Amino acid sequence: MSLQNITLISFGYFERDFLKYVAESVEHEFRISTIIKEGHIDLSEFYDPGRRQYNGNYLLKEVDHKFSSDSTKTIGLFSVDLFIPILTYIFGQAFLDGRTGIASLYRLSNERYGMKVDNTGLLDRFRKEVIHELGHTFGLLHCHIQTCVMRSSTYVEDIDQKSHNLCANCRTALNMV
Amino acid sequence: MAKKISILIVDDEESVRDSLYSWFKEDGYQVECAENAKKALLILESSSFDIILADIKMPGMDGLEMLRRIKALKNDSIIIVMTAFATVDTAVQALKDGAFDYVTKPFDPDDLSHLIRNATKQISLTEENEVLKKKVVSLEDVEDLVGNSEEMKKVFKDIESVAQSNSSVVITGESGTGKELVAKAIHSNSPRKFFPLVSVHCGALSESLLESELFGHEKGAFTGAMYNRKGRFEMADSGTIFLDEISTISTKMQIDLLRVLETKSFVRVGGNKEITSDFRVICATNRDLKSMVEKGTFREDLFYRLNVVNIHIPPLRDRIEDIPLLVEYFIKKYCTSMNMPPVTIDTAALKRLEEFQYPGNVRELENMIERAIVIGNGKKITMKDLPLQRTIVSTSIESLDDLEKKHILHILNKYNWNISHAANALKVDRVTLYNKIKKYDLKPAD
Repeated sequence: MSLQNITLISFGYFERDFLKYVAESVEHEFRISTIIKEGHIDLSEFYDPGRRQYNGNYLLKEVDHKFSSDSTKTIGLFSVDLFIPILTYIFGQAFLDGRTGIASLYRLSNERYGMKVDNTGLLDRFRKEVIHELGHTFGLLHCHIQTCVMRSSTYVEDIDQKSHNLCANCRTALNMV
Repeated sequence: MAKKISILIVDDEESVRDSLYSWFKEDGYQVECAENAKKALLILESSSFDIILADIKMPGMDGLEMLRRIKALKNDSIIIVMTAFATVDTAVQALKDGAFDYVTKPFDPDDLSHLIRNATKQISLTEENEVLKKKVVSLEDVEDLVGNSEEMKKVFKDIESVAQSNSSVVITGESGTGKELVAKAIHSNSPRKFFPLVSVHCGALSESLLESELFGHEKGAFTGAMYNRKGRFEMADSGTIFLDEISTISTKMQIDLLRVLETKSFVRVGGNKEITSDFRVICATNRDLKSMVEKGTFREDLFYRLNVVNIHIPPLRDRIEDIPLLVEYFIKKYCTSMNMPPVTIDTAALKRLEEFQYPGNVRELENMIERAIVIGNGKKITMKDLPLQRTIVSTSIESLDDLEKKHILHILNKYNWNISHAANALKVDRVTLYNKIKKYDLKPAD
C-alpha cells in the first residue's frame, strides 16, 4: 500500500498555530501531505507511579495499535514526561522502518531547566523532534553529521545544535525508500 | 569498510531488552537479545559480539557468573554489567572479574551513549594496535625484495599497478624466488594495508585441516575442536588473504574456494551461520596452473577467477646482475642481526656466486650468505666459506629440470629418504622438497 500522508495526532492540549507550524515543517521536509488530528488516550494507564513518568514503550504501542494505519506515518504528540525502562527519560521514540512514532514537549521547554520562557525555541525543538522520529519510521538511523536532524540528541542543547533538515546523505537514503 | 559494531543484550526483563534493542538499532548497531545467561552463552557459542550488555540479577545463572564464563572463553570480550540494585561490592566484584564498566538502571540517555562510545573506542584501539604490530612486521619483510635487473623492474612495476586495485593476483615463480614477498608488497601498497595480510600455506596442510584453517570451525565440529575458531578468510576481513602453493589443493577444496571467492561468504566447519568477509585474494604457485587446467587437475573456472593478474618472478639464474646487490643486502641484514660490523666479499667468491645455478633461488643465496657469515672469519667472505663444491656446470644437453631431478634423488638416497635431512642438505624447506618429489614423481625405488 502506497504512503498517502503523514498524520500528526495531538494527545492533550496544543495550540492550533503551534501544530500548524510543525505540520508545515514536516510537510516541507518530507514532501508528503501532512494532516493534524486530535486523539484521546487515558494516560493514567501508562503512568508509572514509582517513576512519576509515562511509559513510552506502552504509549508507542497504543498509538500504533489504535491510531496508525499502513497507508500513513503517524506521530503521537504528547506533553507528558516519557521514559523507557532502561533510561531516565526520552524526548520521543519510533518504530524503526515502521509506521508510528511519539514525541513529547515535556523536556523541551527552557523553564524545565530554570531558564526564561522561549516559545519560539520550544517550537523549533519540537519540530526537530517530530521530524527526527519520522525519519526513524522511514528507516533512517542516527546520523553523525553535526547539523543533520537525524543526529542523536540526549540533551536539549544537542537539539539546538542541529538544524531541522535532513543532511544530503539522509535525504538520499530517504529518497531510496 | 567500516565495521558494524555488534551488541548482545542479556536481561530477563522484556521491556529492558526491547528498549535497548530499539535504542541501539536507531544508532545503526547490529543487535541481538537473550533473556537469560544460559541463552546468551548458547548464542556466544556460534556468534561473537563486540559488546555484551548484561544484567546482574537474573533467574538461574546470574550476570557475574556469566561474565566469568565468557571471560574464560574469550578474555578480550567487552562486557558492561547493569543492575537495578547497585552495591559497591557487586560493582567491585564485576570489575575484578573483568567487566569493562558497571551501570545502574535506569541511566541517562547520555550515559548510555558515553558507555558505548568508550567501549567502541576500546575495540578500535585494540584492533588498531594489532594491525599496527602486523604492519611493522610486514614492512620489514617487504624490504627483502631486492633487484635492479629489467626482470625485477617489471615485477616492481606490476606490483605498483596491481596494488591499488582489488583484483585477484596469481604470483608464479620457482621455489625461493620470493613469491610471498611480492604478496606482502602488493598488500602493503594497497588501500587494505592497515588491515591484516593473512597467509596460508596450502601445501603444508591436509584437506580437512585446510578446510578448518580457511573457514574456521565451531566448538565440537570435530575431535579436538574445543573452542570456536575464526578461519583465515574471517581473519582477513578488510585485508588480504595469501594462498601459497594453491596448485596443491584438492578438487573438493577448489569447489569450496570458488564459491567463497564468488560470494565472499562461507560457513564455519560444523556451523550453520553464513559469515561474510571482505578480503582480497593473492595466490602463489611454482607450477603451471594453465597446464594443470588442460590436464584437468585444476578447475578452469577457479583458474580464471584467480588469475585476473599474473606476476611472474624470474629465477635467480636469469637475473645474475641482481646477485651483487642481493649479496650486499644479505650481508648487511645478517651482520646487523648478529650485531657485528659488515663483512666484505672477495671478487673470486662473488664471481663464483654469479656462476652458480641456484635451484633454491634467492632463498638459497640468502642461506649461503648467512652460513658464510657464521662460519667465516668475520671480516671477508672467501671461496672456502661458500658451499659451492656441488656447483653444477651444465655442459651436457640435459635440461635444468633433469639435473635438478637427478640431484634431488641423489641427496634423498644419500639420506635414506629422510626428508628433513635431505631438505637441510639441499637448503630448501620440507614443503619445497615435497613439492619437488611430487613434481618429478620421485620414489624410493627410483
